Amino acid sequence: MDLSTKYLGMTLKSPLVASASPLSEDVSNIKKLESAGVGAVVLHSLFEEQLRLEQEEYNFHTTQGTDSFAESLSYFPEVEDYKLGPELYLEHIKKAKEAVKIPIIASLNGSSLGGWTEYAKEMESAGADAIELNVYHIPTDSNQTGTEVEQQYVDILKAVKGVVKIPVALKLSPFFSNFSNMARQFDEAGADSLVLFNRFYQPDIDLDEYEVTPNLLLSQSSAMRLPMRWIAILKDQIKADLAATSGIHTGTDVIKMLLVGASVTMLCSSLLKHGINHVKNIEDHMKQWMKENDYNSISELQGSMSQKKTADPSSFERAQYMKALTKYQL
Amino acid sequence: MKEKKYLTIDGNEAAAYVAYRVNEVCAIYPITPSSNMGEWADEWAAKGIKNIWGNIPTVAEMQSEGGAAGAVHGSLQAGALTTTFTASQGLLLKIPNMFKIAGELTSTVFNISARSLATHALSIFGDHSDVMAARTTGFGMLASASVQEVMDFSLIAQASTLESRIPFIHFFDGFRTSHEVAKIEVIDEEVMKTMISDDLVRAHRRRSLSPDRPVIRGTAQNPDVFFQNRETMNHFYDQCPEIVQKKMDQFAELTGRQYKLYEYYGAEDAEKVVIIMASAAQTVKETVDYLNAKGEKVGVLMVRLYRPFSINSFMEAIPASVKSLIVLDRTKEPGATGDPMYLDVVNAINEGMDLGFGSIVEKPQILAGRYGLSSKEFTPAMVKAVYDNSGDGAKNHFVVGIVDDVNNTSIDVDANFSIESEKVVRAMFYGLGSDGTVGANKNSIKIIGENTDNYAQGYFVYDSKKSGSITTSHLRFGPDPIESPYLITKSNFIACHQPVFLDTTDMLRYLDKGGTFLVNTPYSKDEIWDKFPKEIQSAMIEKEAKFFIIDAQEVAEKSGMGRRINTVMQVCFFAISGVLPKDKAIDAIKDSIKKTYGKKGEVIVQMNLKAVDNTLENLYEIEVPSQVSSETSLKAPVPTGSPDFVEKVLGEIIAGRGDDLPVSAFPIDGTFPTGTAKYEKRNIALSIPTWDADTCTQCGKCAMVCPHATIRIKAYEPDILADAPETFKSIDVRNKEYAAEGLKYTIQVAAEDCTGCGVCVEVCPAKQKSDKSKKALVMEPQLPLRNAEAKNWDFFLSIPEMDRSKIPLNSIRTQQLQEPLFEFSGACLGCGETPYIKMVTQLFGDRMLIANATGCSSIYGANLPTTPYTTNKDGRGPAWSNSLFEDNAEFGLGYRLAVDKQTENAKQLVKELSAEIGDQLVGELLNADQSDEAGIFEQRERIEVLKSKLETLDTPESKRLIQEADYLAKKSVWIFGGDGWAYDIGYGGLDHVLASGKNVNVLVMDTEVYSNTGGQTSKATPIGAVAKFSASGKPIKKKDLGMIAMAYESVYVAVVAFGSKDEQTLKAILEAEAFDGPSIIIAYSHCIAHGIDMSNPLKNQKAAVDSGQWILYRYNPDKIKLGENPLTLDSKPRRVRVEEYMNMENRFKMLMKSKPALARQYIDQAQKDADSRFKHFQYLAAREGEKIEE
Repeated sequence: MDLSTKYLGMTLKSPLVASASPLSEDVSNIKKLESAGVGAVVLHSLFEEQLRLEQEEYNFHTTQGTDSFAESLSYFPEVEDYKLGPELYLEHIKKAKEAVKIPIIASLNGSSLGGWTEYAKEMESAGADAIELNVYHIPTDSNQTGTEVEQQYVDILKAVKGVVKIPVALKLSPFFSNFSNMARQFDEAGADSLVLFNRFYQPDIDLDEYEVTPNLLLSQSSAMRLPMRWIAILKDQIKADLAATSGIHTGTDVIKMLLVGASVTMLCSSLLKHGINHVKNIEDHMKQWMKENDYNSISELQGSMSQKKTADPSSFERAQYMKALTKYQL
Repeated sequence: MKEKKYLTIDGNEAAAYVAYRVNEVCAIYPITPSSNMGEWADEWAAKGIKNIWGNIPTVAEMQSEGGAAGAVHGSLQAGALTTTFTASQGLLLKIPNMFKIAGELTSTVFNISARSLATHALSIFGDHSDVMAARTTGFGMLASASVQEVMDFSLIAQASTLESRIPFIHFFDGFRTSHEVAKIEVIDEEVMKTMISDDLVRAHRRRSLSPDRPVIRGTAQNPDVFFQNRETMNHFYDQCPEIVQKKMDQFAELTGRQYKLYEYYGAEDAEKVVIIMASAAQTVKETVDYLNAKGEKVGVLMVRLYRPFSINSFMEAIPASVKSLIVLDRTKEPGATGDPMYLDVVNAINEGMDLGFGSIVEKPQILAGRYGLSSKEFTPAMVKAVYDNSGDGAKNHFVVGIVDDVNNTSIDVDANFSIESEKVVRAMFYGLGSDGTVGANKNSIKIIGENTDNYAQGYFVYDSKKSGSITTSHLRFGPDPIESPYLITKSNFIACHQPVFLDTTDMLRYLDKGGTFLVNTPYSKDEIWDKFPKEIQSAMIEKEAKFFIIDAQEVAEKSGMGRRINTVMQVCFFAISGVLPKDKAIDAIKDSIKKTYGKKGEVIVQMNLKAVDNTLENLYEIEVPSQVSSETSLKAPVPTGSPDFVEKVLGEIIAGRGDDLPVSAFPIDGTFPTGTAKYEKRNIALSIPTWDADTCTQCGKCAMVCPHATIRIKAYEPDILADAPETFKSIDVRNKEYAAEGLKYTIQVAAEDCTGCGVCVEVCPAKQKSDKSKKALVMEPQLPLRNAEAKNWDFFLSIPEMDRSKIPLNSIRTQQLQEPLFEFSGACLGCGETPYIKMVTQLFGDRMLIANATGCSSIYGANLPTTPYTTNKDGRGPAWSNSLFEDNAEFGLGYRLAVDKQTENAKQLVKELSAEIGDQLVGELLNADQSDEAGIFEQRERIEVLKSKLETLDTPESKRLIQEADYLAKKSVWIFGGDGWAYDIGYGGLDHVLASGKNVNVLVMDTEVYSNTGGQTSKATPIGAVAKFSASGKPIKKKDLGMIAMAYESVYVAVVAFGSKDEQTLKAILEAEAFDGPSIIIAYSHCIAHGIDMSNPLKNQKAAVDSGQWILYRYNPDKIKLGENPLTLDSKPRRVRVEEYMNMENRFKMLMKSKPALARQYIDQAQKDADSRFKHFQYLAAREGEKIEE
């Protein structure tokens, strides 16, 4: 059975892709992912904000209290080979590339235009096969208009596209007033793929300490409905590949995503929950379904249920949603 | 000769630069001001920098200087070229080995940044008392006068020792030379290779111990032969001076810099010649030029080679015309007929003339003078005074640089005499330690040194506090090498980097006429003039100052730099001073920023570049008005009405006029009053905590954690509030016991003493009901609150302390009502040591003696001007002293022995006088239960009764008993120190004292590094931590001092961390004191050297404990007697991984970011160690069926 798929101009042996997660921080896990059958690995993210904070933090700690008291004019030795930029991440790309044959997609995370987009070039030089650009931005400034927010995304994409030759995927949240229009803008700006959708940390409150606590919940299968709908809608509207992420836990989840038009499906929560070998279960599950339904290859089923190809295209649109709600209430 | 290469470096780096390259082994130990030499060697070795033979020298940190000397001795004996670096007490500890090394004619050079020896007081600053104390060891002694000479003489000394076989002390003035930054010519490695020939090295190796050609060295000898044997080496000393001169000549051929053993400079027909060593020789030389140009006939003989003293060369160097020789010593040898070099000169002249050496025909007058102890300034004005004091009627054995109104030995100095050259630009900068001023100035010197043909010099003066300290930078630039090793007193440029100094500091005292005054101020150009006190206004008018202002804070903040105004002020300096063309200067600053901050990341580079670009448009020149308009004056250093000694002596020191105080102002034996920190209102906090009484749960934690005892609690009778100031806050006591009595409760902040660290806010558990961003303590800007809170504080102090016997000590909530007798120290903001000390003084301060090891706690505990240990209303409080670094446990044990002896005497006398005293009182006195406050109070009452009875007796016994009666009341002996003392240098003594069975309490404030000297590795440093001497992370785990102490089974041991479990800390301190035997408390002390946020340090303490990296327990041998398990484990199984804790501290993160694979290995090992240690403790605590607490 042919599970191969095309994504970002590459042929992957499977549409199951390990998405950015702490799993890929360890090269031995990347090897295990390859053995378990993933088609590619998206590395954990290089966070522009974190690099910036680390630099500020290091600068603070190495200057705090210095040149104040005659006996202790400094508190730390000078360490020459301190790596506060993307060096460690770039080394990791190299090591991952050496360790496995499957494509390695580097993940770059930032929120506003800045010098950090140059890191993409360094990722390319380090051997990354593609870049997943994760624009992580929750606009809270009430003076900033929607158009400005949108332009910021496009500018960042263009900046990264401008410095690399390798494909660039754009991982996004759904929070735009007209996502189709946004998808088109990204498509025109040269995005090679849209990865739908990013999940944000949703802060919680600790009632004992009266503190806001970061809280990342692992996704459930139900979370896949939103990306599935949008992949179906966008499949026939834009050139860029579409990658599905959020809530993909089972073989049938994957099949559904492929049917609406995803090139690949990203796995994260399910692997954190069940372990890397869960990839095999999903694959077995897929194969069985394909066999039962007489599919020999992924390409046969990919996009066969996009919005355009559904019997009732409006079933993917808002009205239907209302109806669905009503139905549930009964 | 190759093209010349220059470096802008300080004296320590210059010494280490050569020593590292011409040696194979460095055995080191940190001590100010020499620590940097070892640090450089360690850093270079970590970076793989090679010596002239192409290998990386081995750098070994030892447990003490004594240990370092032993390692040097052994390494030399086994054939390696070996060196060490030290100063002061460190050199003293090396002396036993030095006699051996010299006695065995072993080649080595010890590089010494010469520093005062501790006598009536410790001083970290420079003089020759240390090297002079080592002058009998048989080491050669070579003195350098400048940073250039330090580099040159390091090599000349090494070449000389290898050929002469005489080991050498190569010394230079601590701080003045060791820390002066100067542009110097670097010695090429080829020159080093030529000077240190392979033949010399081979000869050194041939003399080494080897089982392939065995010999025995270090025999024991008897009266029959020792003496003769000792005389065998004389000719080596005879030949040595010639060898040194030969090496100096060879060096001159190779580099063009010629030195002489005794180098005369001045008029050929000079009649007055000063003889002097080290940096001050340059000052004299400079003054000689000036005076001779004015028609005088003076000269200076600079002594380079002090040992072996060559009478012949010395005599040859003195001009025949001399009538007066004035020998200046930078040391004091009380009781001698003169200080050491003077006596050498007297003898050299006598013997030299007898032997017909030199050209002097008539014996000159020889005068002795002493100068410069503890880096006391030695200026051209003083040099002139020295020359003027010669001939008939001259004072002999004079002192210069101070006013000695007691012994009348000082000579008068004309304060206005100055020889500063027009060609030299002089600039002074007043900054705060935290604002980056010194760093920026070091950088400016490098920029000028590297971008122009100018020579540059920088010297930096720091104050005695670790928090909010003021720095003064002295910079000189000019076309010729700068040979002015003294502070600037006529400056072309003075910059005030912090507005707060305008009200307190007479900065313009040193501004030259027509000079520039640059002020960082938030005020606009229209407002600023009226904000100045009248002293500043009139000085500006009188000195015709050019005047510039900038709001550097605003520019820095807008550029993302926070409080670091360094770059902004640096740009202003270059823009105004014109040392470099403006554009070139800006480019150079930008290049330098890229170089300096490049390794800290692009973000830091960019913010600095932004600051450069934002500066010039905010810099304004203002015309100085012609009239003084101000009504205000500079603030007095201490409040009016302070005690006389505080006002006349300490206040003057605070005001920066300590140099002007005469001898008569001081106590004769180093004894100072306690309780003086309260007069030094430093006002260094930008914001202070304010109290929301309604939200407060009255838990007492804020007062407990406050490092400076500036937040206090009192419970008191309500009627006291009748006189309270308007804004004084008060609420009903919540504690049930006191609530029943209807007491009121106040938490008050000493606004003018608070450092604004914010730790009280971190610990505060109570959040306000309607705004959870606020706690019961909220930081608010200090300035608007200052005056009202100062009044509140005074009122708070007037409220009577609660009866100590009524304060329950079983919880922090109530215990914190006790009055601290340790307050307002100069410790760092957020210090992790001082809360422990404060708590101990609250509990036992009225009856305690403290022996304090040298280190942070001795510095913030007793660095002048003021002292934080204080007294209660009865005048009782801690009596404190510091002996040394290495002997503190023994010192404290000595207290105990003396106290016990006097108690024993008193008891004996009470028994002897029982008939007169009365049986009942005798019985009560001898059998008093003093286990709690009430018991001690009653015993003190009895002692008063006893004394009044004794007054009536008037017998020798009664008189003796009156004096010793106070010892019938319990005394508590405490031994304070850090981990460098307890784990390393003082460990042998500590071990002995713990084994003594005597009732002493040891508090080890474990910061896991040598904090006071800048964060060097100790055996307490945990695995994986980056510290100085462990640039690649500490490879092995921390020594388990508690476990070692427990092995005695007779020592009370507790390991505590107040930030994790304050109640356990309190229990441990109470139990340690109650245990009638030796106790040791090992206290986790977070530290600025950990690389943490000092305003939130408690979370680090929690994580250390929650991860099992730091295990809390108490081991009480008294329980063994009761058949119980002595060990109580107070820690729970780990809740977080050690890695999470390590991730919170820069000391660990540095390794993760520089050597990630190695860091991973250490992190995993740390976790294993923590887990297995915890299991071990669980096992020990669970023995005999004993339950683990909690």
